[in-house]
This record gives sequence, structure tokens and C-alpha cells, in this order.
Amino acid sequence: MNLFHAEDPLLQVHNVTRYYGDRIGCSEVSFDLWPGEVLAIVGESGSGKTTLLNCLSTRLAPTAGAIEYRMRDGAMRNLYQLTEAERRLLMRTDWGFVHQNAADGLRMNVSAGANVGERLMAVGARHYGNIRSTADDWLGRVEIDNERIDDDPRSFSGGMRQRLQIARNLVTQPRLVFMDEPTGGLDVSVQARLLDLLRRLVADLGLSVVIVTHDLAVARLLSHRIMVMRHGNVIEAGLTDQVLDDPREPYTQLLVSSILQV
Amino acid sequence: MPVRLYLNNVGKAFTMHLQGGAVIPVVENVEFSVSAGECVVLGGPSGAGKSSILKMIYGNYRCDEGQILVTIDDEIINVAGAEPRKILGLRDSTIGYVSQFLRTIPRVSAEDVVAEPLIAQGTSETEGRDVARALLSRLNVPERLWTLPPATFSGGEQQRVNIARGFIAHYPILLLDEPTASLDAANRAVVVRLVEEKKAKGVAMVGILHDQDVRDQIADRIVDVTKFGSEAAA
Repeated sequence: MNLFHAEDPLLQVHNVTRYYGDRIGCSEVSFDLWPGEVLAIVGESGSGKTTLLNCLSTRLAPTAGAIEYRMRDGAMRNLYQLTEAERRLLMRTDWGFVHQNAADGLRMNVSAGANVGERLMAVGARHYGNIRSTADDWLGRVEIDNERIDDDPRSFSGGMRQRLQIARNLVTQPRLVFMDEPTGGLDVSVQARLLDLLRRLVADLGLSVVIVTHDLAVARLLSHRIMVMRHGNVIEAGLTDQVLDDPREPYTQLLVSSILQV
Repeated sequence: MPVRLYLNNVGKAFTMHLQGGAVIPVVENVEFSVSAGECVVLGGPSGAGKSSILKMIYGNYRCDEGQILVTIDDEIINVAGAEPRKILGLRDSTIGYVSQFLRTIPRVSAEDVVAEPLIAQGTSETEGRDVARALLSRLNVPERLWTLPPATFSGGEQQRVNIARGFIAHYPILLLDEPTASLDAANRAVVVRLVEEKKAKGVAMVGILHDQDVRDQIADRIVDVTKFGSEAAA
């Protein structure tokens, strides 16, 4: 598996800090992300996890610190020194972003097939037949009935919308996907199906993922490594099962002990 | 036979912040080694720290003091200080963990749950599934269950699925966390044979086995964990 043998990290985060006026969003966060690695950022609302995710994905400029990404040509580039055109190309091709609310990541008034095909066209695909067959293939991979290809996502259930958003993101074969509470707001049975699907896709495609979640069960199922945030700081980080089974910090112990056992 | 695993001066305590920061010592100065083809059984009553020692070797619990050295070919890795991806790499190729507790994954069939570690080591899906079925059959898991997710299985069936998962892949080091607890005599005998087969292949094993019969059959050596208790050391 490339995960454990890759020589170089895909993403290097150095002391990323974001202030909102006087208030700290996140403070001096540093880590490396390796190819094929899934990192979960956990913590309660207001802990800074979404601020951090937005800084990493170039949606929110950090106040201080640097983020470097290994481009497809192997060169490490500082994300905030890319040109706007380079940054957009990265977001459209090499990266994905899965929003908690699928409507934020989809175009709700065009068909499911077009939602998937649009990302392909953005990277230069022009042959309608090929685009449609790739879109059709991806709908199948996320378990959406092919008969729905011409329907627009407004007619889809929450779980289907989320699966469509995932197909839209993965169709360009990205190397890094950011996810913001991808299972939030879904029924548990729908959640289970989505999690299983994500787990398989991530492993099959060797994706690197940074996933923000407040659900420790989601973190345990999907992630290799976990960072616990509180008040904008990373207070504990490590191997996922180690942090969850042998939590060291008072706040992590509280989080772990607050899980309802079924 | 070469030493595969060496614990040197290992110590662990839990600090319970939710109980006013109470410190619960678990073990101190743990020292033993396990050679290829040898099965070392940890002895001592419940609460002596046997499980914690296994979990530290697997990287599931943090090791506060000392070293846990694993030999792979010419390389020696200290689990106690290894970064997460190194530990995950060890779990893929070097250290297996057989426990009775199955963490079910939604929608994954029993045979796929069992085959997964072998496929992760590079075996094809078809062959992995064949080996998985053979193991499930040996452990008397009814064939009609193989394609179903184990979440709804009985406790004993889930336990045997997890034992199959633990034994299927090729790990030079295997940790056995009460694999025979609450199994019937026929299935206990199957586990004993599986352990003997691993031994013959040179696998180094550390086990917790409360069952006296099974212990007598597979243990080459017993390490008494009570001597590592902090009171004993004090």
C-alpha cells in the first residue's frame, strides 16, 4: 500500500493561524498529510475545525502560517502564492470539497448527469458521449439508479444528494478531498450507507482526505489519524484508535466518555 | 530462533481527568522477549495489566515508558515511539491482533470482513475470499451466513468471524486476546490447531488465555504479569 511507504507528504501545514478580529479561529496548527491518509479533525462547535478546513482548502486566507501542497509535477507549492488560475484549476481537478449541505456543492437546477459532467468539462472533456458515459458510471459507483441521470437533484433525497456530491467531486480523480461533516443531518441508516461507500472509495482510489466531524464514530470508521481541537488549538493528535481508546487530555477524555453506547 | 519482539522496561499508567486526575498505575518495568515460533502467555488475574500490555504492543494504547522493539528483517522498530503511519504499516504487514470483539462495519459481509487483512497484504480478492470461506468453515460458521454482514449474528458467531479475520493473514507477530473465551470445545480445538499452524510457520505469539486446557496446549512459556505491578516494583 502506498500509504505507509510514500516518501513525501502531499500537504504540509506550518503554524496556520486565523484570527477573526481579536478572536482566535485556529491557532498555530501544524501537520503533514501523506498520500492515501485520512485525517479526521474533531471537536465541538466553535472549536475551530471548520476555520482550519477552510484555510487548508484556500477558501479562507490564514492570518499567519504557510500551507504547501505537492502538485502533480512533484513540486511543493505554497498554496497562497499560487495564481488565481492555478488555484482554481487545483480546486476543480486535483481537489474535492464535500459540503455538509449537498446543495452548497451541487448545482440544484441542472441534471444529476450534468452535475457530474460539469467537472469533467472544466478539465477539458468535450465529447458528449464520453462525458455522459463517465457520469453514468459514477452514478452507479455511488449507488444512484441510472434512470435518475436526467433528474435534477431537487428531486433527490438527502442521502442521494450527498452521494451525488461525492460523485461530482471524485469524477476528476482528485488526490485530496476535504469533507465538512459529510454525514451530518442524515438518518442513521443513510449515514451507515454513505460511510461504507466513502470508506470503500477512499481505499480503492487511495485518496487523501481531511474530514471535519464532531462524530467520533465517523472518525473511527474512516480515519487513520485524528486531531482533537478545542478553542482553536489542536490539543491532542495521533493514531485514531489510540486517541479514542487511550485519550490523554481532559477534554478528549470527556469527548470519548460522552459517546452513547448502543 | 531469532527474537521478534522485545519489551524493555515498559511502563504505563492512566490519568483519569474526569475523576479528579486520579492516576491508575497499570504496569512497570515490563521486560520479556518472544522468539519466532514461540507462544508466550501472559499470566495473572484480571486487572493485572495483561490486556494493556497487548494493546501497547499493537500501538492501541500509548506506552509511557520504555521500548517495544519489533524486528522485521534487518530493521528494528520501536512501537513506543513510532509515528502513526509507521504503526499502521506494522499492522498491515507485521503485527496481527486476534480478539473476541468484533467491530462490525455496516454492509460488509462476513467473508469480506475475514478476507480484508489478507487482501490488504496483496492477495487477490478471489483467492482472499476462498481462504476466508475455508477458515469460516473450519470455525463452524454456517455457510448461509458468509455473505451476510455480521452485525446481526449471535455473539459466538461474531467471535468466530473475528478469530478467522485475525488468523487469515501472514503476520510474523500475532497477539491473542482471549481468542477461546466462551467457545465450545470443538471450536477451542480449532483455535488450538490454528495456533499450532502459525507456530510451525515461525510466528511469534503473545497471548492472554484464561482457559487452562488451551494454555497448557499452546504456551511455550508463561510470563507472570503480577511481577510488573507497580506495587510489586515499589
